[in-house]
Amino acid sequence: MRRSVAAWTLVAPALIALAMFFFLPIVAALLLSFTDFDLYALADLHNLRFVGLGNYLTLLKTPLFWQALGNTIEFVVLGVPLSIATSLGAALLINSKLARFRSIFRTIFFAPVVTTLVAVAVIWRYLFNTRFGVINWLLGLIGLGPVDWLGSPHWAMPAIVIFAVWKNFGYNMIILLAGLQTIPDDLYEAARIDGAGPLAQFRHVTLPALAPVMLVVSILTMAAYFQLFAEPYVMTQGGPVQSTTSILYLMFVQGFQFWNLGYATAVAFVLFAILFALTLVQVRLSRRWSGQ
Amino acid sequence: MKARALWAIVAALLAGSCAKPGDRVTLTVWAMGAEGTAIVQLVPGFEKANPGIKVDVEQLPFAEAHQKLLTGFAGDSLPDMAQLGNSWLPEFEALGALAPLDARVATTPAIDRRDYFPGIWDASRIDGRLYGVPWYVDTRLLFYRRDLLKRAGFDHPPRDWAEWRRQMVAIKRLVGPGKFAAIFPLNEYEPLEVLGLQQPEPMVTADARANFENPGFERALAFYLGTVRSGLAPAIANTEIANIWDQFDRGDFSFYITGPWQLDEFAKRIPADRQDEWATAPMPGPDGPGASNAGGSSLVIFRRSDKQDAAWKLIAYLSTPEMELRFHQLTGDLPPRRSTWRAPALAGDAKAQAFLAQLQRVKPTPKVPEWEAIATMMRTVTEAAAHNDMPAAEVAAEIDRQADAILAKRRWMLERERKKPVAGAAS
Repeated sequence: MRRSVAAWTLVAPALIALAMFFFLPIVAALLLSFTDFDLYALADLHNLRFVGLGNYLTLLKTPLFWQALGNTIEFVVLGVPLSIATSLGAALLINSKLARFRSIFRTIFFAPVVTTLVAVAVIWRYLFNTRFGVINWLLGLIGLGPVDWLGSPHWAMPAIVIFAVWKNFGYNMIILLAGLQTIPDDLYEAARIDGAGPLAQFRHVTLPALAPVMLVVSILTMAAYFQLFAEPYVMTQGGPVQSTTSILYLMFVQGFQFWNLGYATAVAFVLFAILFALTLVQVRLSRRWSGQ
Repeated sequence: MKARALWAIVAALLAGSCAKPGDRVTLTVWAMGAEGTAIVQLVPGFEKANPGIKVDVEQLPFAEAHQKLLTGFAGDSLPDMAQLGNSWLPEFEALGALAPLDARVATTPAIDRRDYFPGIWDASRIDGRLYGVPWYVDTRLLFYRRDLLKRAGFDHPPRDWAEWRRQMVAIKRLVGPGKFAAIFPLNEYEPLEVLGLQQPEPMVTADARANFENPGFERALAFYLGTVRSGLAPAIANTEIANIWDQFDRGDFSFYITGPWQLDEFAKRIPADRQDEWATAPMPGPDGPGASNAGGSSLVIFRRSDKQDAAWKLIAYLSTPEMELRFHQLTGDLPPRRSTWRAPALAGDAKAQAFLAQLQRVKPTPKVPEWEAIATMMRTVTEAAAHNDMPAAEVAAEIDRQADAILAKRRWMLERERKKPVAGAAS
């Protein structure tokens, strides 16, 4: 009894801080999402109306929400595998016995993660430029027609994906590199003695040993990619024709540009529900795999 | 509540006991962007003339100003006065954040309302009350390629839409494929907003109903969409333009609707030997010279401030023609008073003179806090329509429907307000 009192006393400051700065705002936001809190309510609380699930129902009926959801999913489906594959490829290259100047390459690959997004976005906008951009010039060299990267509703999201993957792959690369370095050399040796080539070694030694790290990386990347915001905010402002408007971008526009906080918090909770469900599925799947 | 009152008394007593006649009032002012930098240079003169007042200027970047002002209101940390964009005035008036200024103007001969352009003065008035003193004006008009227009067979800028259209077709024929006659960046709502303001009917009515489904707006929309769809203007956003001045200089487009901040940029970025190739002209209207938007910023005093007298002194100081002229020299911003325009620096500048002509015909955008949301929606619907061939009337109906949804809360509030006095009379 005494010990538990002491324990509670010791964790109390952390719990209080957590409650005040984490749980309380979340509960307040949830309540806010059941109201039509907006500019007029900010002026005078008498203008606040309780709308129940109204915000959520309006949201489900808004074409832009579905478009934003579709855009976000497109970004995740294209971006997450590409990002993890790039990270894994870079990690394998750096971890290779043949590689030289490892620390230099590690620094180079990691550099985009720590650069300012706004600054590099400006440069990428030049790279993507339809007429004067380097990317279209390179495509032209191999005979591909100019792509209207940021101007065409079909190409804007792929352009954002390329930019985001370039910006973020270094982070996962470091985590995967750490995972690669924990794989004991004996395993590769044993595989070689059994006659496994490089590909078979990768498939039967590297991948299974990396699986737990890959799971963590995929959950983190997916959660991060669902919260797409800064890239379209800086590169395209959600356009063209709202093809790069993500769920979070929609929330930002509604909440901080037009101050429809009730509606915006409803958007946030829908995103939360989606992420929560997806993470549950991922954890379930991984349990089943590791159970085998 | 009681405790707060007590503290207030204690604080007042302390302040009172400390206050000596020589003590200075500190006035906090928020200003944005280039104006924020310029006002810092004007303040010392004011402080010298008013030894009792010290001015504390906080500079905000334009992109964050709106959010910072709203957060400041929510957190009760607004300054005494600020520079406020004319299109934000209705919002802060709805919040009840602004002090009305009519009584002060009436007793301040230095601020003569008849000296201001009427459209600009009107932009600071809501429901018959004045909430800001115009500080500088932004209105959009035509920047055009004089040389290309001449080669296409015209010796003057367009006076009405029909002539404008003919000129665009002629220029497009002249410059050929890959180049265009005009540019209406699809991620800017202002060009269409200006065309909409030129129409006789307002886009939002006094009882907060959307009014886009009328022949006037449909005509504006048809003109706008027609220009883009027929290839006279490219269907692109300005995020795709690497360097607008360079492309203008190369003749990629000959008409560009933009504002006075571009005067300096065009002068700087287009090579000196080709400065004659471009000029400015007032907006053409549907039939004859047309109106444009009454943009720019006003100086406002916040209602919660307890230094409103000092704030008004600063406003009066900054609003004199001499100060407006210095401000113009520092920023390139255009003054809102006619007498300032008589100064040789402005009277002799041909490219600025088009703005003087336009300022006689400016109209404020609809004075509802929802306007920015409506204009943004109008832009997205139109952007989508630029890529298909939906008839203008249908596009207008869609804008109308969505704008009505945005205005629903305001109508509910007006309705409630309307019922209130009746209930009072019955009791």
